[in-house]
Amino acid sequence: MSGLFDIFLRSVFVENLALSFFLGMCTFLAVSKKFETAFGVGLALTAVQTVTVPVNNLIYQYLLAPGALAWAGYGDIDLSFLSLIAFIGVIAAMVQVLEMTLEFHIPKLYRALGVFLPLITVNCAILGGSLFMVERSYSLTESIVYGFGTGIGWMLAIVMLAAIRERLKYADIPEGLEGLGISFVVVGLMSLGFIGFSGLG
Amino acid sequence: MATKNWQVLGKPVVDDNPVTLQILGICSALAVTTSLDTALVMTIAVTAVLALSAVAISLLRHQLPHSIRIIVQITIIASLVIVVDLVLKAYFFEIGKRLSVFVGLIVTNCIVLGRAEGFAMHNGVVRSMLDGIGNGLGYGLILMLVGALRELFGRGSLFGKQILVPVSQGGGFEPLHIMLLPPSAFFIIAGIIWYIRRKRPEQVEKSEFRSQEESE
Repeated sequence: MSGLFDIFLRSVFVENLALSFFLGMCTFLAVSKKFETAFGVGLALTAVQTVTVPVNNLIYQYLLAPGALAWAGYGDIDLSFLSLIAFIGVIAAMVQVLEMTLEFHIPKLYRALGVFLPLITVNCAILGGSLFMVERSYSLTESIVYGFGTGIGWMLAIVMLAAIRERLKYADIPEGLEGLGISFVVVGLMSLGFIGFSGLG
Repeated sequence: MATKNWQVLGKPVVDDNPVTLQILGICSALAVTTSLDTALVMTIAVTAVLALSAVAISLLRHQLPHSIRIIVQITIIASLVIVVDLVLKAYFFEIGKRLSVFVGLIVTNCIVLGRAEGFAMHNGVVRSMLDGIGNGLGYGLILMLVGALRELFGRGSLFGKQILVPVSQGGGFEPLHIMLLPPSAFFIIAGIIWYIRRKRPEQVEKSEFRSQEESE
């Protein structure tokens, strides 16, 4: 049990996907101007991540990994080179399913997320999460915890950045550094803060 | 036509740079730049994928049904990235290992899909390829610049060759460990953006905050 909790803490703070692996940066910088949209995107990403990482884990374990097809009598086939295409397909499908489910059952949230939901397909934090899962060979339970943790961590980071950027409205920023430039500096400072957590590991 | 083709190739390198102006492909630009050799390999990999996917998609552009184009584009890009990944594993195993998941993440690198959707779908094969190469070079320029700064001040070396002698070996250079940590990449890119926008003021985004203030 402590192992799972450890994975959760690591994925939220120590190995935060946005601030220490720079994943999902495009969305991270593009939709962090307003607090509410940032929160919505964070929520959507957490949902997709919690589903796709375990599903990709199952696909990798039982179809793609070297020797994984032993149950079907093809033990000597190694399909791991197909994992990229398989993962991106699963992610696109999951986003589509999530979109339809939300549209039918929680239309309010669906409207709030708007265009950001389909954009999550090309968010590298999602694909990155699945690739890290393979690289560290997590089990199914571990991958559920890891997917959820990385989603929460990413949401935490984007919500914090959005809050800071809303405050920046009142700041007097040097000419030429406004907008994108100052956002990079802010993210840099946040990332510096998160390095402090690495002592926890 | 010749000058036009030159413009297609040259424009994305500085004037319309994918990283600093279009804000595309930032994830990998930050993550692989702790040393110059990984930055170089990443540049070559991304440029190759960009150019080849542009050619493939440009060739298919009249046959592709509009509704499924994104899936086709992603599949083409993913296949090319798999090829690049296998080449790296076969010939540059050490560097491929250090790039770890970031080779795979070229699939979701927004530059590749962005150029496929924004340029290759509407232009001929040669121009699409030049645009792909140009964007790859523009991306690579930023990557190499950041990589060079981080490796030089973080370890005192370039391409793994010692240039500044550290204090521990009797020299006068104290390695700045922060350059090897993630935050420095953000600060360096912020600096590059700042410099480019001072030189070319037309690139500055119209500040929504400023206009709000003025209207009040």
